[in-house]
Amino acid sequence: MSTMTTAVTDSATMLRRSLLHTVRYPASMVTSLLVPVLLLLLFVGVFGGAINAGIAGGSTYINYIVPGILLVTAGYGASTTALAVNKDMTEGIIDRFRTMPISRQSVLTGHVLAATIRTFLSLALVVGVALLMGFRPTTDPLRWLGAAGLVLLLVLALTWLAVAIGLVSPTPEGTTGFLLLVQVLPFVSSAFVTTESMSGAVRWFAANEPFTPIIDTLRALLMDTPVGNSGGIAVAWCVGLSAAGYLWARSVFNRAPRR
Amino acid sequence: MATTPSPSAIVATGLRKSFGDHVVLDGIDLEVPRGTVFSLLGPNGSGKTTTVRILSTLIGADGGQASVAGHDVVREAGAVRAAIGVTGQFSAVDGLLTGEENLALMAALHHLGRAGGRRRVADLLERFDLVDAAKKAAATYSGGMRRRLDLAMTLVGDPSVIFLDEPTTGLDPRSRRTMWQIIRRLVADGVTVFLTTQYLDEADQLADRIAVLDGGRIVATGTAEQLKRQIPGGHIRVRFDTAEDLDTAARLFAGSARDDEELALRVPGDGGVSSLRALLDRLDAASVPVADLSVHTPDLDDVFFALTGHPSSRTGDQPSETGHQSGRTGDQTSATTAAKEGAR
Repeated sequence: MSTMTTAVTDSATMLRRSLLHTVRYPASMVTSLLVPVLLLLLFVGVFGGAINAGIAGGSTYINYIVPGILLVTAGYGASTTALAVNKDMTEGIIDRFRTMPISRQSVLTGHVLAATIRTFLSLALVVGVALLMGFRPTTDPLRWLGAAGLVLLLVLALTWLAVAIGLVSPTPEGTTGFLLLVQVLPFVSSAFVTTESMSGAVRWFAANEPFTPIIDTLRALLMDTPVGNSGGIAVAWCVGLSAAGYLWARSVFNRAPRR
Repeated sequence: MATTPSPSAIVATGLRKSFGDHVVLDGIDLEVPRGTVFSLLGPNGSGKTTTVRILSTLIGADGGQASVAGHDVVREAGAVRAAIGVTGQFSAVDGLLTGEENLALMAALHHLGRAGGRRRVADLLERFDLVDAAKKAAATYSGGMRRRLDLAMTLVGDPSVIFLDEPTTGLDPRSRRTMWQIIRRLVADGVTVFLTTQYLDEADQLADRIAVLDGGRIVATGTAEQLKRQIPGGHIRVRFDTAEDLDTAARLFAGSARDDEELALRVPGDGGVSSLRALLDRLDAASVPVADLSVHTPDLDDVFFALTGHPSSRTGDQPSETGHQSGRTGDQTSATTAAKEGAR
């Protein structure tokens, strides 16, 4: 078998393994799904009325926050992956894989592929809930496709970062820093309120952190408004973070084991 | 396999490894003939696991060379991995998957194909007595079952060289004996086994050749018998009723070692009838009554002590196989088997 086909076959095997974990123990996926849905209910139901007045564009608040909620969903999905990778690395199984004649890359590729499938499933469910709650995107198939493409880039970026974090953390607790990041950053972005309504340093940070252009672009694609220059910035952030996460993860993984 | 098989399954010369300032391996040489069991024996921290990790391509050595199954562990790591199976000290099973799924995962990674993989999995479940537990998550397995699954997973790829890093550490005596039987059967199938252990009786039981590792150096190699012959002789252990008796006796026998806690004296000697009689005569002449006496011919514990200057670290909490061991080696002439444990 050639190196290439070995890599594909082994990655498929590792993907099956990860998906089997999800099917066997859906708890972590349910949790990572529950938080975005709760946030959606909370913001639309509790703050929606009050915030509605302040959001420009005459659109309802749910249409405003769905892109941000999607980002939170992707973030939670990725933190599940950080944990799964860390579990593999801190238990003996990784040593077994490393002493087998398999494509080494397949260990990480399997995790990333599984994470992508898991996260898209979660995203679809969250969009479903949003639609039930009154989310009304006004867009055409091409822009839907664009939005899906951007979300895929975002998922890859977050997942590769999560894999790297999972690899470098000596314990599962070490990965919680990543979770904190994806929990807090959306709040200091245009996810729930416009950055213009923030003040001082927070406003500057919110306007310049990666989540804001990604959310703005998603919102524009879903609500059929002009994307502007945030589109390019969003793609650049996603590609940049993916590349950084991938290279980081690869170098850590190829380094000699700690023990 | 394309290359002509060299007579040795494992050859290592001058292996060195340090972690920071800490020298773990200080130049070790090994040679393991095909189809034999080789045991690396040493206390915790002597470098056993590091040796296994280098030979199984997990980490690189700082110096020296090693080849496994005829391939260099660095330059031909892929070929080495194709020939070996490794069961590490820490369980390498996927706890979330069932025993059967774990084995199927290995079969898939070895590209055995659907039918071939299924046959192999069924065969190994049967052979390792895991049929009943096949559909249960490995996380729910007992220590012994988990270790059996671990070894079964190692065998899916039909390796010709197997590394077992402390395969029975933490197992109860019964699981331990089951493991020994499994290892013996592997050897009967022509597999080369590289075994590390801190249990002297385990090396004695299983290994064709033993290397004693201490502080990153190999301090002795040979068969169990050869190692035992390396130290001058056994000892006679005499226990007394009072500390005064012990004091008196200790003065009588120069070169003896006293154990104040047990009120016992360890007198070097071959344990032959004449030396035993001489010893008792001298005690009689000094009117020292003897409470208990046992004759002890050297076993690997003594070898270890003689070679390294300190007892093997785990002698105390080693699962007791004493009866079994003395039965096999026949070195215990005393009725008090417990004396052997107490002597150290």
